[in-house]
Amino acid sequence: MSTTAETAIPVEHVHQEGFVRKYLWSTDHKMIAKQYLMTGLVMAILGGYAAYVFRMQVAYPGTKVPGWGLVTATDYNALVTNHGSIMIFWVAMPLLMAAFGNFLIPLMVGADDMAFPKLNRLSFQIFLVSALVLVASWFVQGGGYGGSWTSYPPLSAKAEYNLTPLAAPLWLIAVALEIVAFLLGGINFVVTAMNNRTKGMGLLDIPIIVWMIVVASVLFMASVGPLVAGAVMLLFDQLLGTGFYDPAKGGDPVLWQHLFWFFGHPEVYIVLLPAMGIVAEVITVFARKKLFAYKTVIYTAAGVGVLSLFVWAHHQFVAGIDPRMANIFSITTMLISIPVAEMLFVYIATLYGGSITFPVPMLWALSFMAEFLLGGVTGIYLGAVGTDVYFHDTFFVLAHFHYTFFPIAIIAVFAGITYWFPKMFGRMMNETFGKVHFWGTVISFNFIFIPLFMLGVRGDHRRIYDYTRFPDQMQPGMQGLREFATIAMLVLLAFQFIFVANFFYSMFKGPKAAKNPWKANTLEWDTASPPPHGNFPEGFPAVYRGPYEYSSPNRSDDYWPQSAPS
Amino acid sequence: MEQPLSLTRNTAGLPTGRLGVWWLIASEVVIFGGLIVSYLMFRVAHQEWADQSAHTNTWAGAFNTLVLLTSSLSAVLAHQAAQAGNGKKAARFLRFTVLGGSVFLVVKAIEWTTEINAGLTISSGMFWSFYYTATGLHGLHVLAGMVVMLFVAADAAKNKNLHRVENAGIYWHFVDLVWIFLFPLLYIAK
Repeated sequence: MSTTAETAIPVEHVHQEGFVRKYLWSTDHKMIAKQYLMTGLVMAILGGYAAYVFRMQVAYPGTKVPGWGLVTATDYNALVTNHGSIMIFWVAMPLLMAAFGNFLIPLMVGADDMAFPKLNRLSFQIFLVSALVLVASWFVQGGGYGGSWTSYPPLSAKAEYNLTPLAAPLWLIAVALEIVAFLLGGINFVVTAMNNRTKGMGLLDIPIIVWMIVVASVLFMASVGPLVAGAVMLLFDQLLGTGFYDPAKGGDPVLWQHLFWFFGHPEVYIVLLPAMGIVAEVITVFARKKLFAYKTVIYTAAGVGVLSLFVWAHHQFVAGIDPRMANIFSITTMLISIPVAEMLFVYIATLYGGSITFPVPMLWALSFMAEFLLGGVTGIYLGAVGTDVYFHDTFFVLAHFHYTFFPIAIIAVFAGITYWFPKMFGRMMNETFGKVHFWGTVISFNFIFIPLFMLGVRGDHRRIYDYTRFPDQMQPGMQGLREFATIAMLVLLAFQFIFVANFFYSMFKGPKAAKNPWKANTLEWDTASPPPHGNFPEGFPAVYRGPYEYSSPNRSDDYWPQSAPS
Repeated sequence: MEQPLSLTRNTAGLPTGRLGVWWLIASEVVIFGGLIVSYLMFRVAHQEWADQSAHTNTWAGAFNTLVLLTSSLSAVLAHQAAQAGNGKKAARFLRFTVLGGSVFLVVKAIEWTTEINAGLTISSGMFWSFYYTATGLHGLHVLAGMVVMLFVAADAAKNKNLHRVENAGIYWHFVDLVWIFLFPLLYIAK
């Protein structure tokens, strides 16, 4: 078969498909990507709503929250648990890995679909079921799961502690299904990038975003297994009366913390790497500069992946682990900041001397670098045992990981959506509304979490539902900071309506996008916007050079598409 | 529905299906790895679990090891037949492997029944929790492998998709290998 010349599918073969076939049963990678994108965005709205309700409770305890009512202690636990779970498992993962991975990998390597299209469809269907199981768990008796997204036993294992006997196993099942969906998706990302590349595309001609998703998929596969085993054990503890995590029966609750964080910490890098990839694509295009040290970025990403498997126990400094072990994990945690910082330096070096313009995707990409840097720097305090013992479980920790996850799951995703929107939907987004949305979001984001850093330094405990019940812990001025953060969050949420309006208006009424509106090099800009069924109707492109040949001195144009013969 | 053309590509030089199976196995290795390492950590700290593991039937476990190894042999023979283009023979060997899997599961079921009747259930202590979880999870993988093999054998008998014979075999060897770890850890170590 490999000897036959590849020709694209003629247009007349593209038949009209019914609704179910097109939207629920499609094997087309672009449709699956959009399904993941939409599901992820809907889940983000639910996660944002949860944050709105519990932040209102923290700022104005005991008052009725508009759109929810009185927040009980059980409600509060369920809201924070589901906010965390949703934002990690049902927003960051589907948007960064699945939506961009599915849309971009076949286009960027010059293929017409994924290596296993049916597996790809199955992966989305399982993901959709997992989201539905999670949503369903909010409506069972006892309400949504209240054992926190980290689900530590005994809180998670014993219904008399978490008070949500039905939602607890449902939550575990939903997370397990989500993991299965991404294991199936990972097969596709890796094998497609390995085996479905078009003629001339060597390993070092693959765009960074594809590399990053591949490395992240491998990292996910390598780290999630113990959590699957741990989840089965936790499910048995909940339902069958085993005692894997129960000291009274010979078990050990810290075992769960090891199994969870062995995945949980690499997970940060699993979503960070695709975000870094998006930023690499965006900054090279809008700085009209070749990516500085392309190979180094790939090796660094692989190094981050390996190192991230050895940092997990920094979550357990106060859980009673051996202090000698704590020191080792302190060192590995400090070490991992080196490659990540290096990547940021590489990006800054890419910007240096470029002809930088500031359209909306570039604003998002640049703000990613600035905000993520703050997240990384504040992590140093938590990686060091001495300071972590004090900061543990305060709002400082919360503000720190929001300074990493918000840039990853929100800022980088907006960079990606605004950058590839023309290719996905064939129309341009509105720049003015995009800029208003950008500034409103980024400024209010900082106004939410800087006060939370200040609260954390003063010892504000992150799991307290109503501080008025602890009058001896109420320090003057702290309530004011809580209210300030909540108001900033309301502003942030309000600005998202601008994005939603811009997104849907542009999808139907925006100006039609040309093939290559940003004058970019990578292969997805080589075909129509949006790409038709089969992606490259004029035949698959061949690749002649790397993806970042911008402002080449040998050429009058300041870009040099990968597919242009020299 | 027409097949995407890029599916015929093979840029890395390895068959796409085999890459998929290796990925699946790699992800399963970490799942069983997590379970087995957790068990080992406990086992090393609790010498007294030997009193519990004394109740497992070593001879039944040894017999099952032999059965699984034999079934892996016939999976290899099926692959050999498939490479020679003899789909009918490959299907026969695959079905023999499925037969081996069934014998394994029947013996396992008899073991479980005896143990449960003796009052040793999944909640009878940590050793038994690990025992039932690990062998149960492994049993599910045996069952899944059997189902896959029946489908592949049905195709192979018609000389269709012969490359899948090898892929099913690779998976079966993995299932076999997990048992090679579980047998000494749960049966022999007393």
